[in-house]
Amino acid sequence: MLAFIQTLGKNTRASFTKLGRATFFLLHTITGIIDIMPRPRLLLNQLYSVGVLSFLIISISGLFVGMVLGLQGYYILSDFGAEETLGVMVAASLVRELGPVVSALLFAGRAGSALTAEIGLMKATEQLSGMEMMAVDPIKRIISPRFLAGFISMPLLAALFSAIGIIGGQIVGTGLLGVDDGAYWSQMQAKIDFQDDIINGVIKSLVFGFVSSWIALFEGYDAVPTSEGVSRATTRTVVNSAFSILGLDFVLTALMFGDD
Amino acid sequence: MSDNARSQNSLVAVRNLSFSRGSNKIFKDVSMDFERGKITAIMGPSGTGKTTLLKLIGGQLQPAQGTVMVDGKNVHRLRRGDLFELRKRIGMLFQSGALLTDMNVYDNVAFPLREHTHLPESMIRSLVLMKLQAVGLRGARDLMPNELSGGMARRVALARAIALDPMMIMYDEPFTGQDPISKGVLVHLIKSLNTFLGLTSIIVSHDVQETSAIADYIYVISDGKIIGEGSPADIQNSSSDWVQQFMVGSADGPVHFHYPAKDLQDDLMSAGKRY
Repeated sequence: MLAFIQTLGKNTRASFTKLGRATFFLLHTITGIIDIMPRPRLLLNQLYSVGVLSFLIISISGLFVGMVLGLQGYYILSDFGAEETLGVMVAASLVRELGPVVSALLFAGRAGSALTAEIGLMKATEQLSGMEMMAVDPIKRIISPRFLAGFISMPLLAALFSAIGIIGGQIVGTGLLGVDDGAYWSQMQAKIDFQDDIINGVIKSLVFGFVSSWIALFEGYDAVPTSEGVSRATTRTVVNSAFSILGLDFVLTALMFGDD
Repeated sequence: MSDNARSQNSLVAVRNLSFSRGSNKIFKDVSMDFERGKITAIMGPSGTGKTTLLKLIGGQLQPAQGTVMVDGKNVHRLRRGDLFELRKRIGMLFQSGALLTDMNVYDNVAFPLREHTHLPESMIRSLVLMKLQAVGLRGARDLMPNELSGGMARRVALARAIALDPMMIMYDEPFTGQDPISKGVLVHLIKSLNTFLGLTSIIVSHDVQETSAIADYIYVISDGKIIGEGSPADIQNSSSDWVQQFMVGSADGPVHFHYPAKDLQDDLMSAGKRY
């Protein structure tokens, strides 16, 4: 029993120490963004590897999620004779929830794990240490551009996910199941609110982009510099990002849509 | 040269340095001098904290006690900006080379120049090619780090380390894992760079032959203490059993072949236990 309490205390302390390190790391990263502003090429390269390279998985997943929504939505709505509102259902689910959440989960799996592995390996092969000895701050030079790229890419990827998903829903709904095309789009236009739905979705994906980039980069930077350490850090990135994204989604949803 | 003269001419002076990792004491009250323009070697078995010493000199680690003065500045009292200024004048060659894997050889050598100077690209090109010429790899400028052999990677890292014309270079195990030809090349390079660029060099190594061939002064460390120092000839003729065992590479001596264990007979007779 005593041993249990000891372990509990030790683990709690370790978690808080890690949280403290992560916070310092974040502050250092954010202040570093100012220094890389005059060098847009650093950011552009990262936007490509973090954002553009995630586009394929995001767009294909978006298409299939939209198609499934179209199919499931049609079966349920047609029971009530409300299949004309399929467009609203597909768009609202995507823009409010599935777009930000699923694309953030995919982002954590595709870009987040790659970032952790990259930074962890740079640490293991002494590249970060080498940079420090060359009087170059590795957080500013390596971490800040990647963090900013993740933060910028995430809402764009989520928007693309939702847009392609809506087209997927349309392909199934109007193309295969015979929902009226005009109704699909006009109902969507009438019911989806810019402020309530779209802006809130964008806010969500900004938060998810911030958190999952932070987790991925910190886990890489904090990894034990061995091959085992890097692989564990990569796993932690995906697990912790998924938990944070889903947990935060609940909190944000409660805050945003709680009133009405 | 007397100890006093050595310490007067030292570029790096380590005084009463102690450093621990957890409960493991890596250094206990160590003092060393690294003379200007000379090659000073630190030798000792693996795991004696040789690399740690370089990190302490470079200000990447904080000592528990003692001071490290580099060119008259206390490394661990400097503000971050000043420490970075000092590091621009110190080159370091890591064991792995530590080349940036997403850049080719040319960009790796150009990296410190691009980060720290505002030179035009044409001048950076001339400088990079000169540094690569010095290590014999001008023709390899377009290769990526994963296309280089271990020895070549270290030579590229060396070209990068001298890119900003530093006052000193620290070499972390430069010969480990190299074939005899690469070792020969590196020995030659370290010596000639030191002579022609007027550098101060610190080599951390356990390769006795190669290091003794070029070092002006050697410190042998073990168990957190200096157990022998002097010119390579002094070390070769050292009266210390420990130093002799290290230099000759005998399997048994003051450093035992067997890891501490209980008596063999007792151990074999204690049947039934898992270990």
